[in-house]
Amino acid sequence: MPIIEVDNLSKQFGEIKAVDGVSFKVEEGEVFGFLGPNGAGKTTTINMLCTLLRPTSGQARVAGLDVIKDKNDVRRAIGLVFQETTLDDYLTAEQNILFHALAYAVPSEVRKQRTKELLTLMELWERRKSKIRTYSGGMKRRLEIARGLVHLPRVLFLDEPTLGLDPQTRNRIWEYILDLREKQGLTIFLTTHYMDEAEHSDRIAVIDHGKIVALNTPDSLKDQVGGDVLTISSDNNELVEDELRDKYGLVPEVNNGTVSVRVPGGEEFLPQFVRAYEGTLQSIGLRRPTLEDVFLHLTGREIRDEKVDERALMRNAMRARYR
Amino acid sequence: MSETYRGIWVVAFRELLRFVADRSRMISSFMFPLIFLVVFGAGFSRIVGRLEGDVNFIQFIYPGIIAMTVVMSSLFAGTSVVVDREYGFLKEVLVAPLSRVGIILGKALGGSLTALIQGTIMLAIAPLVGLSISPLLVLQLLPTLLVLSLSLSGLGILMATRMRSQQGFQFLMQLMVFPLIFLSGVFFPVQGVPTWLQIVAKFNPLTYGVDAIRQIFLGPRASGSVAELPGNETISTGVILFNHPMGIIEDVAVIGAIGAVLLLAGVWSFSRTEA
Repeated sequence: MPIIEVDNLSKQFGEIKAVDGVSFKVEEGEVFGFLGPNGAGKTTTINMLCTLLRPTSGQARVAGLDVIKDKNDVRRAIGLVFQETTLDDYLTAEQNILFHALAYAVPSEVRKQRTKELLTLMELWERRKSKIRTYSGGMKRRLEIARGLVHLPRVLFLDEPTLGLDPQTRNRIWEYILDLREKQGLTIFLTTHYMDEAEHSDRIAVIDHGKIVALNTPDSLKDQVGGDVLTISSDNNELVEDELRDKYGLVPEVNNGTVSVRVPGGEEFLPQFVRAYEGTLQSIGLRRPTLEDVFLHLTGREIRDEKVDERALMRNAMRARYR
Repeated sequence: MSETYRGIWVVAFRELLRFVADRSRMISSFMFPLIFLVVFGAGFSRIVGRLEGDVNFIQFIYPGIIAMTVVMSSLFAGTSVVVDREYGFLKEVLVAPLSRVGIILGKALGGSLTALIQGTIMLAIAPLVGLSISPLLVLQLLPTLLVLSLSLSGLGILMATRMRSQQGFQFLMQLMVFPLIFLSGVFFPVQGVPTWLQIVAKFNPLTYGVDAIRQIFLGPRASGSVAELPGNETISTGVILFNHPMGIIEDVAVIGAIGAVLLLAGVWSFSRTEA
């Protein structure tokens, strides 16, 4: 039985359909990537799944429980790590976890054992008595993951779990997450702007304009893009474009002064093109499609174009200052 | 139902944890009332002279200062909602299996308990202003302070449920706190001001809080009886509602009623804002 079942779920804010009849299923134990440009309906969908927002229409069940009718049971069955920190800065790590355990009615024996286990796993046990104010961004994120797991949820929602963190910290956090899934059979529902991170998913759904535009394994999605990606820059990009279009019947695109084109069997095509091309080429590259290409192909936008990182960083800086 | 009870005590517990952890808040909510007590007390004592029953001006305002401490601290329940929303912690609370009613009542209870602690600490300076404390007085005072602080927490929360930023809320608080305090009879008898101000004061829950606490300290004479004004005119130092001098129990009942309305409105407003 799938652990998350979403059936024709919609949310309307006034005139705007933020989520428009979305349906999908997530299997137990899966890492499910949920991608989409900002404003595509990602957060709205998550908020409905974790009972923070009431759907306009449609149904969703998490762990077999209805997100509208059995709100509090759904809440008990899920753990959440949000984009922004939701810790109490004035309290210690231990106190933050204590609050969580009490709020979820975790028996005190279980709480003590889980707290030790999770804080040790996240390498925070030594710092359990320090106030959160003294924590780094990576430590806070690790603590939030630990806290989200204290009540033994069946699904862990990770909304941009490593936003604004440095690459080493990101890798560490991913080691922990995958380890948890391995050991506890946890289902993970992930949103991210980092495509390398999305690669950890067993399956990926891409949402755009409130609708699911693709849902498949990362490999199948890459195949869908249609062949390898060839990037060419030359003195005369228009000539390259014309030749690709007229001679080979391909659909080139110009991005930041380079021409990129998708072509099946890139290895054979490349020498053929170079031999026949009459102008001067500056550089030429060939690669397998990435999830980035998939995203661009499906939504017409590059995921990194967005200002999300900058904004989040600024917000964090402001918080630190005014606290 | 268990989600409501758990909500109340878990949220209140965290308010207490946080109160203990944040000493600057504790100190700042004392400073303000203390400054008022010292400055106004010293400044007005001479010109005001003695009230009936050998009560001097500092003794007259001291019970009001306790009420004021409780008010400042209770309104903080509202600040706490706004701060939690701004710094994200509210989300952690909202996704927990707790009812919205429980969360709000927990905020109110947490705010009230911290206010009660602060009010009790203020008791320590009673001997300094020449008032004595008896077990009976404490027994009367604590429930009164609890009702008063629950009501004002209700007010703070009601204001906070719609506010998104701390700055906005602080501004609104400043706007509320001064009229609330100055039009409550802390510094002068409510009966002595022009009629329109009297009417405003009688809608202010703090007026009854100050009156009740004053009667607990100074005895019922502070209510029914008089202060002498120049020209042998006399006014009551207590509160007279519909020609009836208010007693302690009546005062507390009025605060309780206003508070219940404020809390209900707060719960309603919060449940509407947060699904």
